[in-house]
Amino acid sequence: MTETNAGSPEPQDTPKRVIGTPAPAETHTLLAKGDDEPAAPAAAADELDEKSAKRAERVVALFFVLTFLASIAFIAAYVYVGRDGGMHGADRTQQANVLLGGAMTLSFMAMGIGVTIWVRRLMTAKQIVQERHGLASPEEDRRIFAEGALEGGADTGLAKRPLLRRTLLLAAAPLGLAPLVLLRDLGPLPEKKLRHTFWRDAVAAAKAQGKPGVRLLVDGSYRPLTISDFDSPGGMITVVPEGIEQTADPLNEVAKAATIVINVPPELFKPLKGRENWHVNGVVAYSKICTHVGCPAALYEQTTHHILCPCHQSTFDATNGAKVIFGPAARALPQLPIAVDAEGYLIATADYDVPVGPSFWERGATQQ
Amino acid sequence: MSTAELPKAVDGPLTFIDDRLGSTTFMKRNLKKVFPDHWSFMLGEIALYSFIILLLTGTFLTLWFKPSMTDVIYHGSYVKLDGVKMSEAYQSTLNITFDVRGGLLMRQIHHWAAILFMAAIMAHMLRVFFTGAYRKPRELNWLIGLGLFTLGLLEGLFGYSLPDDALSGAGLRITAGVIQSIPLVGSYIMFFLFGGEYPGQDIIPRFFTLHILLIPGIILALVTAHMMIMWHQKHTAMPSKDQAETHVVGYPFYPVFMAKTGAYFLFTFGVISLLATFAQINPIWMFGPYDPAAISAGSQPDFYMGFLEGSLRMMPNWETNLWGYTIPWNVLIPALVPLGLVMTGAGLFPFVERWVTGDQRYHHVNDRPRNAPTRTAIGMTGVVFYGVLWLAGGNDIIAYKFDVSLYATTWFFRVAIFAGPILAFIITKRICLGLQRSDAATMAHGYESGTIKMMPNGEFIEVHKEPEEEQKAVILSKEEPKPSLPARDENGIPAPATKGLLGHVRARLNRAWHIDNITVEEGHGHEAEGADRELSKGH
Amino acid sequence: MKWFTAWRRRPWAGYAVVLVALATIGVVYAGFSPRTAQATDSSASADDLAHGKQLFNQNCASCHGPNAEGTRDAKGNAIAPSLIGVGAAAVNFQVSTGRMPAMNPGAEMPRKTPVPVFNPDTIQVQYPPNATEEQKKALRQAAVDKNLNDIQAYVESLGNGPSVPSADQVAPANDKVGLGGTLFRTNCAQCHNFAGQGGALTYGKYAPPLLQSTPTQIYEAMITGPEAMPVFNDTTITPEQKRAIIAYIVQTRSEANPGGNGLGRIGPVAEGLAGWLVGIGLLVLAAMWITAKKPKKLKKQHD
Repeated sequence: MTETNAGSPEPQDTPKRVIGTPAPAETHTLLAKGDDEPAAPAAAADELDEKSAKRAERVVALFFVLTFLASIAFIAAYVYVGRDGGMHGADRTQQANVLLGGAMTLSFMAMGIGVTIWVRRLMTAKQIVQERHGLASPEEDRRIFAEGALEGGADTGLAKRPLLRRTLLLAAAPLGLAPLVLLRDLGPLPEKKLRHTFWRDAVAAAKAQGKPGVRLLVDGSYRPLTISDFDSPGGMITVVPEGIEQTADPLNEVAKAATIVINVPPELFKPLKGRENWHVNGVVAYSKICTHVGCPAALYEQTTHHILCPCHQSTFDATNGAKVIFGPAARALPQLPIAVDAEGYLIATADYDVPVGPSFWERGATQQ
Repeated sequence: MSTAELPKAVDGPLTFIDDRLGSTTFMKRNLKKVFPDHWSFMLGEIALYSFIILLLTGTFLTLWFKPSMTDVIYHGSYVKLDGVKMSEAYQSTLNITFDVRGGLLMRQIHHWAAILFMAAIMAHMLRVFFTGAYRKPRELNWLIGLGLFTLGLLEGLFGYSLPDDALSGAGLRITAGVIQSIPLVGSYIMFFLFGGEYPGQDIIPRFFTLHILLIPGIILALVTAHMMIMWHQKHTAMPSKDQAETHVVGYPFYPVFMAKTGAYFLFTFGVISLLATFAQINPIWMFGPYDPAAISAGSQPDFYMGFLEGSLRMMPNWETNLWGYTIPWNVLIPALVPLGLVMTGAGLFPFVERWVTGDQRYHHVNDRPRNAPTRTAIGMTGVVFYGVLWLAGGNDIIAYKFDVSLYATTWFFRVAIFAGPILAFIITKRICLGLQRSDAATMAHGYESGTIKMMPNGEFIEVHKEPEEEQKAVILSKEEPKPSLPARDENGIPAPATKGLLGHVRARLNRAWHIDNITVEEGHGHEAEGADRELSKGH
Repeated sequence: MKWFTAWRRRPWAGYAVVLVALATIGVVYAGFSPRTAQATDSSASADDLAHGKQLFNQNCASCHGPNAEGTRDAKGNAIAPSLIGVGAAAVNFQVSTGRMPAMNPGAEMPRKTPVPVFNPDTIQVQYPPNATEEQKKALRQAAVDKNLNDIQAYVESLGNGPSVPSADQVAPANDKVGLGGTLFRTNCAQCHNFAGQGGALTYGKYAPPLLQSTPTQIYEAMITGPEAMPVFNDTTITPEQKRAIIAYIVQTRSEANPGGNGLGRIGPVAEGLAGWLVGIGLLVLAAMWITAKKPKKLKKQHD
């Protein structure tokens, strides 16, 4: 709340001044006079019709009493909803919300209404006029400041001594930049982490044990899925690689490895070139992570074989390598090569051949 | 003048403070500070008071909230989630909801206050824009306001993410995807922000600190600056016969404005608690804990982020791959361009307008929107641009609730984002000019009184009456444009301001700004559009 | 433009503009709206329909063909699919939810009141004299059950498919509701929304709300995959897990909203709308009241 003319100190010997008397003379006079003085003296207030004022007073008082009662009710409600030691879940929470919230609403609203009626019907102050003043400092002040600034600048000798000036700048630069280094440990470098998923580690571990690939577990129940389990045309389920629950940070792994398996009618399924044995008679697995910005793309329509992402409506064609048919996603959903092992379980035989999820700069030339 | 004696109880402390700070001088100056009355001047107050409510309820919530992504198995009082794995952040939010008395109410008040904070900032900014209240000397406060709006967006996004429910997780996932798309450094920034791979263990504690400390701190500082500048410059006034550029008329701060604004604080708190009592918001217990493989139909951000969601949805799927490096235009353009256009446009507008019109004067009396047709039309262009993006962010809900095909809505918005703003500009300008014409007619022939009179020859006419003083003052508050940039002086030499390419552009824009101006004057029978021929007989 | 200027000054011009605008919106809307209104109909009276084949011929054969082999239009596109091998559960789901017989096929078959022969409220039955309301109701239910059983048996006889689950099979597993919620969020919520309110699919199709579905219908939908819905057979999601999902759906839709009105349980879109309309709306009214001119009559009259 700075006033431009705050620079004039009050004389020490006037401890109290009466409201409405003029301020002592200002050091500069460019400010419009009477700037802070109400043009109309305070005495010229509205006179009230005493009868209606009395009535208004009673109405206001009623609202204030209502606020008082509502606040008491709030406290009572608080005690009441905690009876027999706590809230015990959703039903009591609903009760608490209505009672506490209702009392609170009533108490604020009643007081707001009371004050508004009070202002409008009982306050006697009238509208007053105040001058607006120019906001700019007087020319004189600007000139004195400029002189002072130049004088001070000359006193430092910075203009005259280039070595001083340059080394000062040199000294300041790293001081400003050095703290940025502190942010380095916010996180590790991406390296190649975005390029592969837990499917790679899981497949490698399975192959080390002499198995052809890693089993697909149903997400949520973590049951391994057999091809005969998944025999219904039009079926769809979310799977994760076996062993994902035991990883250090399962959520990080699921965020990349979540996969949908779809049972597409074999007569409609058109495997892409080079992916002829990535499916099992129309049972096909695609990444569940949308290639747009990474939502789980999981709305599978078994009549149209579309996979729709609920966030931004990118649509992919499950019969045709999950290629984009509508929406903002630029790339097809990556496909996971799957097969059946000797016991009939569905297995993944390798990781996705391209990074899953949203695009990033160093993702590589692979358009697919 | 009589000598006034304050009661001892007041006088004692006042004297104590005044002896040390000299504060009574300041209070003397400001005790009767004038505040002009207009309902639209209170929109900003909603934002101010919502912010106070956010600070109070937010502090309450931190007493129980645990910003931790450590896995726990829930066995609390909400039985439907019994035995489900979730983060501590989500669990503590459930505890606030179902075990802390008044916890759900405070959560809901906090969220509704956030919605009203952003809505009120938008409404307030629109009021300031359309009345020209951002003009000299108030450009700085306009910029601070834009800063507050931007910080509000961030603050809202961070707060929305904290409970770690399935919906906020989807929002975070999209945030991560957008950050990852930034050329060259995207994946690095993403790894630094999330402390490694998405979602990691760090993002919620980090957002928590930003949400409760850094950003509210900056908002508080900017709000203070905003209020101090407003106080110092005095509030603008709406045009009326009492107001002028040289003075302001209104009620004194003490006691009237103080009581009014106090009442408004109570109403703001009352309306927010009304919403929190009777309208459920962000039911995180139904969304469930975050799981990167799960998503709900109709996943949406809060309304103020809707325009970014909409621009992501309507964007065609462009992506460039050059020498093995990917530039995902389908994410970059929608994430940066609309926000950049709106914010840069709004930030530069006061300065561009000053440059184009050459108007260097102070303005303390607001414009009526109709009297600045070009500005009003540009404003509506922005509103429609924003509005189309915002609606597009809910296209799935629109498709579902109104039985429209999903792709049809996308195509509609793809067209509307270009056609809508252009139409809005043309229509708004025409409406403004129409209203100006009607003002000119009122000044020339009086207003239609509604009284029908029969003339001696049997003709019926409507009596037109001279407008009241107040109405006249309001109508005549329109400033007639001055030819501020004469193309050539009397000797045919081009004016210096119109020279060069920039000068040329400026001269053209200046002409465009004032084109189609309707002169509104007192008295003269200025014929507006040739209408009212017979009606003018009643004048 | 003179004629236009003169025209728009006429008193009826304003109404005309509004009417034209409304009509335009209506036409555009109809053009974009692929769902078609359903007719409430009544097909044949059902007095003597006892046999499944007969029921099939009367209600289904016109679209699905006399031998349930499906029909195609002139271009070879399917009008109605073959019902050979769909099984009893699919018939039960489609008929008991009123989706079939479809009166007016569109992008999505909406849930509606079943036709009288399959509707216990409207089926026509000969009551014995002096039957109480209670008995009449039981008789109607029995007649509907018989009709359903017969037509299911007939379709089942054409080729085996999933059978109708028993009451035990669909009983909500309330002790496993947590698991049910997890499975619901992973497999169902993406289309039906977090609270089973439904959501949009492509080309005017939609995932319907689950608010009226009976446990049997939910179970049947999972095993048969009606319309665009994928199939979740008993070997990918076990019957036990299905009962957990049913428990989650039944509990969620009957659960009160502890925070007040649920705003349709569709998430932040409704919240933003309420914030602007109710929140800002009420506060603008309050601002107008606070800043309104002081009432004159309260001032003492002396001038």
